[in-house]
Amino acid sequence: MLKQRLIPTLLLRNGRMVKGKQFDNYRDTGDPVSAARIYNAQYVDELAFIDIDATNESRATNKEIILKVSKECFMPLTIGGGINSVDTIRELLLVGADKVIINTAAYTDENLIKESSEMFGKQCIIIGIDVKLEENQYVLYKNSGRIRCDISLKDHLKKMESIGAGEFFINNISQDGMMDGYDIDLINLVNNNTRLPVIACGGAGNFKHLADAYTQTVVSGLAMASIFHFGDNNPIRARAFLKNNKIQIKEI
Amino acid sequence: MMVGVLDYGMGNLSSVTNALEYLGVENCIIHNTSDFNIISHLIIPGVGSFAKAMENLNDRGFVDAITSFNSKGLPILGICLGMQLLAEKGTEPYECAGLGLIKGSVEIFPENSVRVPHVGWNGIKLVNDHPILEDVKQTADFYFVHSYQFRVASNNNIISTTDYGFEFPSIVMNDDRNVIGIQFHPEKSQKQGLQILTNFSKTNA
Repeated sequence: MLKQRLIPTLLLRNGRMVKGKQFDNYRDTGDPVSAARIYNAQYVDELAFIDIDATNESRATNKEIILKVSKECFMPLTIGGGINSVDTIRELLLVGADKVIINTAAYTDENLIKESSEMFGKQCIIIGIDVKLEENQYVLYKNSGRIRCDISLKDHLKKMESIGAGEFFINNISQDGMMDGYDIDLINLVNNNTRLPVIACGGAGNFKHLADAYTQTVVSGLAMASIFHFGDNNPIRARAFLKNNKIQIKEI
Repeated sequence: MMVGVLDYGMGNLSSVTNALEYLGVENCIIHNTSDFNIISHLIIPGVGSFAKAMENLNDRGFVDAITSFNSKGLPILGICLGMQLLAEKGTEPYECAGLGLIKGSVEIFPENSVRVPHVGWNGIKLVNDHPILEDVKQTADFYFVHSYQFRVASNNNIISTTDYGFEFPSIVMNDDRNVIGIQFHPEKSQKQGLQILTNFSKTNA
């Protein structure tokens, strides 16, 4: 049967790896290529790289990072941040990415989703969605959490699925970096409104948070950063914990 | 020995060539039909739609080149879409002929019963043994990402199946056992996946 995925997420800024809280207060957490090597040795299921500034300059840096990582890490590699054209996607795939996360551009450029999905296959196109809970309503934000969007979460999911999305990567900004657990309600809401696989991000602080998300939702993958950056937790220990809790994870 | 990786404009070849480089397997990218003369093993990778892939293969003269390569008894490995192309017939997005090296057709997953695409790590169950799985841990999981399945005509052509709420063939072969199709991505399946690529490169031509 299909196993649950653990997807360490490496946030990039100017070629370095960083991590913050609620999309702010970023701290340097090291060299992304070294981190990818370590995650590879720990047999994680996938790696995601997200450029939080996505300036032209850092995008070139990102290509170098993916190029290096793809020569020695033989697992799926996903990259996101500032992706707004079919050409950018092609360049990233050519240097070794398998999938891209498109967030901000998905709100304004439906053709980008349609065209890239037709050209590279929908398995390649992950739609990133950042939300905040405001007055009991999930509100969508683009531009790394800076700009509020008008469309509802349900409408956005439905639209993206219909024009060629292959997976969703969903993050609750309020939980990001807080290490107090995933937003289970959000994950369930998203899963109930799409037939596509869903990756949830934001909030993992201990292994029980991972187990909770897997037992209380039908999430397809969990993404995380702080849990492995800060403290002595690592993916090998996470896998052992999940396995002891009867959660189906990859056999190596 | 030279493993050729077919470039027919369907997706990224670098993950396959990166893996072969890492394993120290001599390899080259096949850009045109004359390149077939220098290779002993052929890998057909690819992602995207079946019909578009067949159109690209035909436009480049690769369908005949692959058929003639196969008639010499040389080993062929299809990965993901490349595996599905080995079938007689595809349906994505409309019905069209495949390479016809393994009997059967490619059909979409029943979308109402499972989440599609089938993305992530899943196991295999051995049906017919084959050297492609030598020294591969059969309890291991492999990385899948696809929405269609290869329904082979005979169980004799199945090396392994995989369970996604229902069973589908995950590794298939032709009657001569020298054309192999793998639905998952060995080049993205870490140690056990790389062993499969090593095994393929050691297949006697």
